[in-house]
Amino acid sequence: MENHASRIEDILRRFPQIKRNALIPLLQAMQDEFGYISEEAVASIGSHLSLPTSKVYGLATFYNQFTFSPRGMYHVVLCNGTSCHMGGAGELLNEITKLLEIIDGETTRDGMFSLEVQSCIGACGQSPVMAVNGTYYSGIGVKEVRDIIKQYREDAE
Amino acid sequence: MQSEKEFLLRLAQLDATELTSEEQGRKDLLKRSTVTRALVMVNSSTSGMVAGAGQSMEAIKQYVADRSLDIELAETGSIGLSSEEPVVSVQLPGRTRIFFRRVSADKVSSILDDLFHQVVPGQGVIGQLRHEGQEAWADVPFLDEIPFFALQKRIVMGACGIIDPFSFGEYVANGGYSAFLKTIRSFTFNEVCELVEESGLRGRSGGGFPTGLKWKAAFKTPSDQKYLVCNAEESDPGAFMDRNLMEGNPFQLLEGISIAAYAIGSNRAYIYIRSEYRDAIRRIDNAIKELRAIGLLGDNILDSGYNLQISLRKGPGAFVCGEETALIASLEGRRGMPSSKPPYPSSSGYLGRPTVVNNVETLSNLPVIVRKGPKWFRGIGSEKCPGTKIFSVSGRVAMAGLVEVPMGCTFDTIVNDILGGAQKGRELKALHVGGPLGCMVPVELMNVPVSYENLKEKGLVMGSGGILVMDDKTCVVNTVRYFMEYVDKQSCGKCIPCREGTRRMAEILGSITRKPEDEEDHTSLERFKGVMQLESLAEVMKDTSLCGLGQNAPNPVMSTLKYFRNEYEEHIFKRKCPSNSCTELRSWFIDVDMCTGCSICAKRCPSEAIIGTARHPYFIVQEKCIGCGICYEVCKFSAVYYK
Repeated sequence: MENHASRIEDILRRFPQIKRNALIPLLQAMQDEFGYISEEAVASIGSHLSLPTSKVYGLATFYNQFTFSPRGMYHVVLCNGTSCHMGGAGELLNEITKLLEIIDGETTRDGMFSLEVQSCIGACGQSPVMAVNGTYYSGIGVKEVRDIIKQYREDAE
Repeated sequence: MQSEKEFLLRLAQLDATELTSEEQGRKDLLKRSTVTRALVMVNSSTSGMVAGAGQSMEAIKQYVADRSLDIELAETGSIGLSSEEPVVSVQLPGRTRIFFRRVSADKVSSILDDLFHQVVPGQGVIGQLRHEGQEAWADVPFLDEIPFFALQKRIVMGACGIIDPFSFGEYVANGGYSAFLKTIRSFTFNEVCELVEESGLRGRSGGGFPTGLKWKAAFKTPSDQKYLVCNAEESDPGAFMDRNLMEGNPFQLLEGISIAAYAIGSNRAYIYIRSEYRDAIRRIDNAIKELRAIGLLGDNILDSGYNLQISLRKGPGAFVCGEETALIASLEGRRGMPSSKPPYPSSSGYLGRPTVVNNVETLSNLPVIVRKGPKWFRGIGSEKCPGTKIFSVSGRVAMAGLVEVPMGCTFDTIVNDILGGAQKGRELKALHVGGPLGCMVPVELMNVPVSYENLKEKGLVMGSGGILVMDDKTCVVNTVRYFMEYVDKQSCGKCIPCREGTRRMAEILGSITRKPEDEEDHTSLERFKGVMQLESLAEVMKDTSLCGLGQNAPNPVMSTLKYFRNEYEEHIFKRKCPSNSCTELRSWFIDVDMCTGCSICAKRCPSEAIIGTARHPYFIVQEKCIGCGICYEVCKFSAVYYK
């Protein structure tokens, strides 16, 4: 935990200006560094910017980018944009939820997988699209999703 | 020999005739009119990467390394053929550039083998780029002869997919930055505002507000500091034109921002971009650095006395931040909630100072308007809406992609003529235009010339320009439900009509697209009452919501109630989805020949709708079935099917 706190300090030092408009960039820096926003991070941002912790948390929960549990070893991003939805992203989402027993923004208990549903990845020509740790899978169906998840599970073990 | 910097600046302010022959040679190299070694360009924008451009690029590197060839491998943006990615183009010395579609890693070596032997590969050729002085490939169509390109007018998107977005030199050699230099050298602030007003350019983000007027309002408000904000928070699912402009030609956007900032007398500009747009961020970041190094951003730009700083701000992701007041709130470090107008941002915006918020496509139009003049721009498009509009077309269409057409063009031309209509064997049913806040356009209205006024007359909107093509296998009600659920999730919660209205609408639409779980009288009545209230609910939301999100949220419902009432009725009265795509309305059956009578489906059925005796085929009682599909999932013998 010592390490976590000192890394938070390092990030805070990069934002010497105590201004409200530094709040979002600060949270983003935390999200990029740790992959999630920890309780300590919220508290220390609050004291750094002289803002109540509730305000910081209230802002962070408003936006989609911030998550509050650590990311899994494999971060699954599923696009649920219009085109992907028509291509069956809803069914893929059901399948992933069933396989991993997590919903959007959560991480599995063993810390292996986390799930993020994005509103549009921007590759509407190849729908439906899923990405695991930055590797894209396009034009997939339920069966492929099962195989992909299974493959990653095996890789981890 | 001039330094690179001096040469580029000289290039940006000179006509071609004034160059010395040595300079002309350097320009040709930058412009890639002449190449000294083979050039291979890969579309590394998001659409390309998703389709596997990264692997193709690795394969090309491997190919080159294996044969120790000397070639130039460069990245580029997308030419707009999103469903044909990864697109790779190759230019051999003295020959025209030739484009290939779907170049996956395994096809790389065969294509390059053929080309290096001066043979045109048999498969995957899109066409060649017409260029004077370069020898054309025989029997390969020119890009401008293919319907996809021939019917478009690419004044904003023209260089995307052709030039290298990381190379400032290439942008300048193609005429870039001459508009900005002309602006700061020969126009006053007000003259630029007037020029753009004269051109008739209107905001491309959906509202269609005249850009020149917006600028003038901000310009005339006295203040110690003014801000220009580029709205790159393109969060409409299905819209990707702004992303393509940023990934394919970032310098054009930055030049546009510089012109706009100058026009309103601002020396501080922000680009508010979606944090998910990593590739676009990388390119714009690089572009800003290059411009700073060359002195086109910073203090006292080229001794003109004008200062400009552009910084990138990553939006933390909220659909509502596309609304300008919400965007400003987010920039200030608050929750992205809209506020009531007036005061308009042009008088009191970011930190209470006059602020102009313009969209990426609007700003990308500026360099060409300044370069070629407002008269030229007025000659394109329709009288009230000059210029072009980029549409991103996806869904059940033969080719998905980006299309730039003059205003006044019809949807029919865009979808049928340019993109080849519906997919093979299917029939076009409708177009959903403008994302979650847009409208459903039935096939009968596809010949309406597209402009802000024309669409408004018909009760439709253009939105940001995303078109979703729907065919006979897609359900209108289900799509509308998807949009409503999306908007419900994205509503900021500030005003009640939007927060509650979108939730109720999503519930009502949800209840028609699934089977009722119990058949008691009062639940059916409730459900029916809800449906009857859709229309009045929509009107209340339209009239009383605070911002565009709530006001436009009922658009999909209202337009489909108007044009596709029969589909609603089928769902409500017959509990049947005409296109069979509402999964929860499907009727399930058990194939007598396939069923082994293992009884697993009967055990798992939540409504005890499956009856039978072990080791004999089971049967689904339709009246009891709630359509959950669990039997289908658990059956090991694929005996369950739906109709």
